Amino acid sequence: MQLTRRNVLGLTAGAAAFAMAGGRFSPALASAEDAEKMVMDFTGGVTPGEGKVSLNTPEIAENGNTVPVSVTVESAMEGDDLVESVIIFADGNPNPAVATFHFTEMSGEALATTRIRLAKTQNVIAVAKMKDGSVFMDKKEVKVTIGGCGG
Amino acid sequence: MHTRRDFLQYALNAGFVLGAAGLGANPTRALAQQKLTQDDLLKFDSKGQVTLLHFTDCHAQLKPVYFRPPDTNIGVGAYAGVPPHLVAQEFLDYFNIERGSPYAYAHTMVDYVDLARTYGKLGGLDRTATLVKAIRADRGDDKVLFLDGGDTWQGSYTSLKTNGMDMVECMKLLKPDAMTGHWEFTFGEDRFLELIEAMGYPFLASNIFDAEWDEPAFEPTAYFERGGVKVAVIGQAMPYTPIANPSWMFPKWSFGIRPEVLQENVDAARAEGAEVVVMLSHNGFDVDRKIASTVSGLDVIVTGHTHDATPFALEVDGTLLMSSGSHGKYLGRIDLEVKDGKVAGYSSNLIPVFSDVITPDPEMAAKIDEVRAPYEAETQRVIGRTDSLLYRRGNFNGTWDDLICQGIMEERDTQIALSPGFRWGTTLLPGSDITIDDLYSETSMNYPSVYRLEFTGAQIKDIMEDVCDNLFNKDPFLQQGGDMVRVGGFSYACAPEAEMGDRISEMRLTGSGEPIEADKTYVVGGWASVNEGVEGPAIYDLMEDYITKKSVVSLDPEAAAVRVIR
Repeated sequence: MQLTRRNVLGLTAGAAAFAMAGGRFSPALASAEDAEKMVMDFTGGVTPGEGKVSLNTPEIAENGNTVPVSVTVESAMEGDDLVESVIIFADGNPNPAVATFHFTEMSGEALATTRIRLAKTQNVIAVAKMKDGSVFMDKKEVKVTIGGCGG
Repeated sequence: MHTRRDFLQYALNAGFVLGAAGLGANPTRALAQQKLTQDDLLKFDSKGQVTLLHFTDCHAQLKPVYFRPPDTNIGVGAYAGVPPHLVAQEFLDYFNIERGSPYAYAHTMVDYVDLARTYGKLGGLDRTATLVKAIRADRGDDKVLFLDGGDTWQGSYTSLKTNGMDMVECMKLLKPDAMTGHWEFTFGEDRFLELIEAMGYPFLASNIFDAEWDEPAFEPTAYFERGGVKVAVIGQAMPYTPIANPSWMFPKWSFGIRPEVLQENVDAARAEGAEVVVMLSHNGFDVDRKIASTVSGLDVIVTGHTHDATPFALEVDGTLLMSSGSHGKYLGRIDLEVKDGKVAGYSSNLIPVFSDVITPDPEMAAKIDEVRAPYEAETQRVIGRTDSLLYRRGNFNGTWDDLICQGIMEERDTQIALSPGFRWGTTLLPGSDITIDDLYSETSMNYPSVYRLEFTGAQIKDIMEDVCDNLFNKDPFLQQGGDMVRVGGFSYACAPEAEMGDRISEMRLTGSGEPIEADKTYVVGGWASVNEGVEGPAIYDLMEDYITKKSVVSLDPEAAAVRVIR
């Protein structure tokens, strides 16, 4: 929950209390800035390019405790056109670095599927490191809801 | 995005379609003179080799119903102010429909009670059967595909008591070619499988996968030869069924929109030689509007779930989008002319099923009587009367839900009541008896327990924001369908265009006007929780007690609990 300063000032005492409640998860969870720093640590300071990586996630998680995530990277998987590793981050989890997959020419293709736990609505980020030193990234927001009243 | 040119084009189409149906000039008078006939409703600019008939979201209504269209149906972002997010006079203006006409009554709540008394109820599966048979006879069986969009089995007393079998038996007589679904799953996995076996036609779903192995759980596509044309029909079940409804009832299946799977299935259908590719969808209108512009190769989407009705199919980026309403009120028809393996022309019409002017099909009428006979005395039992118009549909509270919230607060002794924003549920005119049938049309379901729990103000606000984001997220792929959760015991303001967390404000207890405070605890009653093991009386039993005690109910439709900030 995000309340801007203007909202907080403009609302009643009761609503201002929501602003305090809204922050109740924040100490334990990482922020988007933390995740960005982790991405840069993984790439060795290289800003990831777009394309090549396709991250596939549900738009809304059916169960936040086990969210299917798959990632593929376009690559010939030989010579310099080789994916060395792919890391998956969840930028709102207590521990954002979820998984790292390592590949070799013997892998044949750069494809990985796993299930991850998501504490709340957040971005899932996949970063691929290529043998030639280039890095690529894809990012998807996955919504984790309380449960609905659909009809 | 829609330009003014689009608008003019739609208006022109509307004039044409209404004219073709013989209702153009002065339909009110036409009816008054007994000139609105079954033949008028069936008039159609027949075309080409393939006729698609679309029937969806009837919510187990075998008999004709009153169903008041919404007074509020807000679209956000790119979806604001375009169909289906138009109501009342705006809808009439956009589609060039005359106020007071049969189409005005079928599609809007303008003059609703007066027109309901003039034109009578809509729907009834025996009337629909008459239309379907007439169209098949006119076009030839070999040209017609009849598609059931789902939400067919749930929503009445008899469907609850027969576990959906009444609907399966009646629908079979219409000889559907395929079905997809949503509430069908709330009968539980075992019963669901039993019933689709009993149907004798395919249940299609491109987007349901085995939750453990991530493999397709159902056939995605069925192929048909119609008028010498190969037609592929791809099913798409309600993508958020395990979130909007209790996933513990069908734990083996995972849903989702899965547009990439859909694209693969469209491509596969083309590779199989399909000249026409149709998606039979329970995605909801805005989701399908986005699908039409992101998935390529779909000729037609027949869409359901959001209960929207447009008088004819709309063109979205080269795909025809037909939304055929709900509760048996309409039958959607699209004729397709196929040349050189491509759709070269079409005509379309959403036929309102005016029950007073359509002769019931005797075979279906007999079947409906047969399946309802064991329950007839109970369904017709009168438990009270209403002085006011009772309706549900609309983005925020309707009077039926106000009554249900009052019932929950009184019978379970709570400060606050929450009632789900279902879009199903019929309408009662002022001065009507309330029967068991009427009550179950609002409450029939397999997870009916009314809970009584303590929530903090912060939790209540989180729930409100969460549901509101399911309704008003600017990305339709994040909308689950349904309307806003209905509330009793407090009022609030809602800003649909705001972001999640900022939409709900001014939450105040009714009466005292005291603000709802984040860290204070409130006793809340509600029903249709998706959690397992919820304790409490069933909503229909609770409401039967409440209405019986009240004897006569009066609701003020102006007593809105919600202030909408636009």
